Amino acid sequence: MNSILAMPVVFPLFIGIIMLFFWQHRSIQRIINVIGSTVTLALAIYLTWYIKTSGIQCLYIGAWKAPFGIIFTADLLTMTMILVSGIIGFATALYSLGTMDETREHFGYYPLLQIMIMGINGSFMTGDLFNMFVWFEVLLISSFSLVALGGERSQLEGAIKYVILNLLSSSLFVVGVGILYGITGGLNMADLARKIPMLPNKGIINVMAMFFLVSFGIKAAIFPLFFWLPASYHTPPAAVSAIFAGMLTKVGVYALFRVFTLIFVTDIAFTHTIIIIIAMLTMLSGVLGAASQMEFRRILSFHIISQIGYMILGLGLMTPLGIAGGVFYIFHHIIVKTNLFFVSGVVSELKGTYLLKKLGGVLKLYPLLGLLFLIPALSLGGVPPLSGFWAKYTVAVAAVEKSEYLALAVSLFVGLLTLFSMIKIWNEVFWKEQKAEYAAEQQTLRQLPKFKIAMMFAPIILLAAITLFIGLYPEPFFDYANEAAHQLLNPSVYINAVLGGAQ
Amino acid sequence: MEFVLAIIVGILATSAFYLMLRRSLVKVILGMVFLGNAVNLTIFSVARVTKGFAAFIPENANTLEGTYADPLPQALILTAIVIGFGTQAFAIALFRKAFQKVGDDDLDKMNSTDIMCNEDIPGGK
Repeated sequence: MNSILAMPVVFPLFIGIIMLFFWQHRSIQRIINVIGSTVTLALAIYLTWYIKTSGIQCLYIGAWKAPFGIIFTADLLTMTMILVSGIIGFATALYSLGTMDETREHFGYYPLLQIMIMGINGSFMTGDLFNMFVWFEVLLISSFSLVALGGERSQLEGAIKYVILNLLSSSLFVVGVGILYGITGGLNMADLARKIPMLPNKGIINVMAMFFLVSFGIKAAIFPLFFWLPASYHTPPAAVSAIFAGMLTKVGVYALFRVFTLIFVTDIAFTHTIIIIIAMLTMLSGVLGAASQMEFRRILSFHIISQIGYMILGLGLMTPLGIAGGVFYIFHHIIVKTNLFFVSGVVSELKGTYLLKKLGGVLKLYPLLGLLFLIPALSLGGVPPLSGFWAKYTVAVAAVEKSEYLALAVSLFVGLLTLFSMIKIWNEVFWKEQKAEYAAEQQTLRQLPKFKIAMMFAPIILLAAITLFIGLYPEPFFDYANEAAHQLLNPSVYINAVLGGAQ
Repeated sequence: MEFVLAIIVGILATSAFYLMLRRSLVKVILGMVFLGNAVNLTIFSVARVTKGFAAFIPENANTLEGTYADPLPQALILTAIVIGFGTQAFAIALFRKAFQKVGDDDLDKMNSTDIMCNEDIPGGK
């Protein structure tokens, strides 16, 4: 009776197909998209509650018993991701109503969005490595289309880099899966976790671990594999880059968390030390890249990279507190980063540009927008009492516990530089006077329809409220992250839940 | 047999990476196709090549007996071929569109997203 586990995957597909029947009817697609995203969110909330109360659940597709068939497995990490993808999907659905242009809506923006969410949820849900590759391709092909939809020159150029590097990463992933199958005879992740410690040849497992680190690393944009991200994320419309910034790299991070807590745990001293080193370099290179940029969304794109560093630092530490910090960080980061992209979209809607040089004076005209930027921005920088503070604090404490003082120093330094970048945006966009020569292109909020304004601000306020709530009342979220970390660090629970019923 | 396959995979992968590092879009797409084939052959050869033993269950038995070729890698390769075909088709369409917009298939000319912070380019905000 676990077929509800398939719902976060099947329902977006269903919605996407329904929308295809209304290809010519933009308004119907919009309504279906909002209703569909709301239902997906409700499903995600219900499922999270269900998994929280009843433990890890599996769905054996076609009643093929594990380890032979494809399975869906939901543990607390999966549910964190599904829940947050539901929230972001809902927020993006609203935001699209306010900002998406007519042409893109006519050419299948909404169906593509739903299919991408299906792919994202599928890669979180699956318990089978090859199946994860298939879900990756589902989300990639729809994200390729979304990033190129509209066909502006910058979009196409960004899309080329995005497409080539992601296809390369998929190829490496398939090779890794193929070789793992060759040496173990299994593809089910729980089955692999059981078989790998028994293999005599330890060397090849580390080689495989590196295959997966590189291939998921390209998707997660870790150092030195992140170059596609700042080249492409600032080119599509704000709604698209917001959901990309929130969800897509985090699929890679989720995959890293999954395989490096479940499958590749035989030689932690080797693999996880590499992860810690990469995490430090990722944080540094991301934040330094951001410091040199003068375009709103490019600064934010580079910050995605530096924040990924914190998450995989938590993974590299491999302590209960480190993993819990990583999970907490993912949740907080997705909400905050999507919100920042939303705000950048509103600013560009008003001022007609993303270039810091041309922007200015937003605070004087729209103090509320300034406040709504400040909440996620300071949270990203780790200012208490916002959510980012608790996330950074947890990871930092975990680093101290493990005596990784260099990682601690880097993470604190990067936090400072993050704050610097956010203050740069604040100064340039909100605080300074706009130069008169650039003031001509702008429009005021009053010129926009009321509905559009409401739909632009509603998701920003919603996500800012969640950030504030996590910041002021982090305990339930932290307890949840702790429990998720406990599950991840005790793979036997996962393995028994998947294979127990089958043996 | 594995020996021959390994050599072929090596040649395909080498030429794939060489082509993907070229600046011309056409060569990049050819490189992607080669890499896809190299990957599929790798899966085929690591999962043990068994010649002449199709995985059919005999008429009076319920399970496979004796030597048989593992059908799963073939299913994996089939899936990977189909997915690869789709993504490559998309990439060709995308590259063609980009070629039309930029007017050149040189990847070095496609750096306006990196310099747009300083200059205004057509189509960029």
